[in-house]
Amino acid sequence: MSLDRTDVEKIAHLARLNIAEQDIQEYADNLSSILDLVDQMQAVDTQDITPMAHPMDAIQRLRLDEVTEADQRDRLQTVAPSVEAGLFQVPKVIE
Amino acid sequence: MLDKTLAELAQGLATGEFSSVELTQNYLDRINAEDGKLNSFITVTPEQALAQASAADQRRAAGNADAFTGLPIAHKDIFCTQGVRTSCGSKMLDNFVSPYNATIVEHFNQAGAVSLGKTNMDEFAMGSSNESSFYGPARNPWNTDCVPGGSSGGSAASIAGGLTPAATGSDTGGSIRQPAALCGITGLKPTYGRVSRYGMIAYASSLDQAGPMTRTAEDSAMMLNVMAGFDPKDSTSLDRPVPDYTLTLNDSLKGLKIGLPKEFFSDDIDPQITIQVQNAIREFEALGATVKQISLPNTHLAIPAYYIIAPAEASSNLSRFDGVRYGYRCEDPTDLEDMYKRSRGEGFGEEVKRRIMVGTYALSEGFYDAYYKKALQIRRLIQQDYVTALSEVDIIMGPTTPHPAFKLGEKTADPVTMYMEDIFTLSLNLAGMPGISVPCGFANGLPVGLQMIGNYFAEERLLNAAHQFQQATDWHTQTPGQ
Repeated sequence: MSLDRTDVEKIAHLARLNIAEQDIQEYADNLSSILDLVDQMQAVDTQDITPMAHPMDAIQRLRLDEVTEADQRDRLQTVAPSVEAGLFQVPKVIE
Repeated sequence: MLDKTLAELAQGLATGEFSSVELTQNYLDRINAEDGKLNSFITVTPEQALAQASAADQRRAAGNADAFTGLPIAHKDIFCTQGVRTSCGSKMLDNFVSPYNATIVEHFNQAGAVSLGKTNMDEFAMGSSNESSFYGPARNPWNTDCVPGGSSGGSAASIAGGLTPAATGSDTGGSIRQPAALCGITGLKPTYGRVSRYGMIAYASSLDQAGPMTRTAEDSAMMLNVMAGFDPKDSTSLDRPVPDYTLTLNDSLKGLKIGLPKEFFSDDIDPQITIQVQNAIREFEALGATVKQISLPNTHLAIPAYYIIAPAEASSNLSRFDGVRYGYRCEDPTDLEDMYKRSRGEGFGEEVKRRIMVGTYALSEGFYDAYYKKALQIRRLIQQDYVTALSEVDIIMGPTTPHPAFKLGEKTADPVTMYMEDIFTLSLNLAGMPGISVPCGFANGLPVGLQMIGNYFAEERLLNAAHQFQQATDWHTQTPGQ
């Protein structure tokens, strides 16, 4: 599997990653060689094999919907890049 | 004092030979003097360490000390530590002071352990050499031109260099066992679900598992006693009783059945490593074990399956780093999309971006069945290989890595060459089984690791076998010349 510059630009957009123009070709080459590596899988017949998500096939535990934590907004927002009046600030989204 | 094991240091604290404050100060001085060379710590926390040590000494004086009280350790910088920067080796989290503790950090605090600081690692645990760290690579104390392995490279280097007696690590594809092998220490990856993942920054959630890195198997047993156990805050944690792992260390190995997979002894391995591993296996035979040839026929598919599953899960896990609530935000974003793209583009390093993109591609519309689903099917084939083999033998053995520590920069040009170094370790993360690496000799003056693999929840048996091997050999007591 070989990826070109357009593929890399599309993937980088989906992943919301800014990639410098001069680095795109190198990413295309590296990603292509990784995909060549994983393509070995395609030679294996896995028709009737159930995909494995958890080693012990454990299922998601459920719990009661109870309040267990106190409000810690101020403390948790101390690590935020930009906060005003208890709200996270981002660039203007709606004019 | 600085080459002693946790067990020996615990003895010294118990008999009053030295206090925790004296012990801690010794290690802090050593870090100060030596870490300029090794770069094994990202953050050292002397004030907090001495406060914890002083509290531990008071606790001992009051008669409330337990096995771990007053012992210094270091935490891999992937574990959230309240009030202390938790960077995960990334520019993205360079400014992140965690508001809470990981469950295992909480466990060590409650046991009265002393944290010396946070150890260096590959960025977001993605790497096998520690070279992807934003803080520069840690170096191998056996030869500082060589890598310590990764991703828990700082933990391994700090122990081998005598800067801490033990450290926590995390293992998604070999990140505890491979650096343990390359630095000549002992490292255990427990069964998936044995140790809580809460507060351990997620890379590939279905593979990530925390574990101990120490000088000896006995010390790993002491660490695992503190780390293991059910945690309601981790949805994949397993609710099973936790034994005292130190109680079975001295069990006899008579009748132990060892399996040697032919796939782990191929011609691609450094011949000196094969010789050291074969010598180690003869040692086990002398201890009463029997040896049998086995096969794990799908071994060659582990790397391909891993490099879909891990990046796919990483692309999802790392989507949380968006510059909004914490972590790096770019300067002067023009709009929201520009903020996301530049914060992530500038905050993540190259290897992390590569894996996010591989994962994004594998999960994108039209490719899911061909990549992610296929990889999960292969994952089951690999698991079945192990289940079948471990119904016939008690422990599978082989080399931890195909080569000893390599030079810095030697494998950075081609990511795929680097990935091949994890060939023997990552199938275990796919299967979810526990594995331990112990030192078993040298190749060109660099340490060689023996990997032992057991069935689910066979940590007691692995630690027992490793301890018996260490009673009969002295590879684990050797330290790099200063």
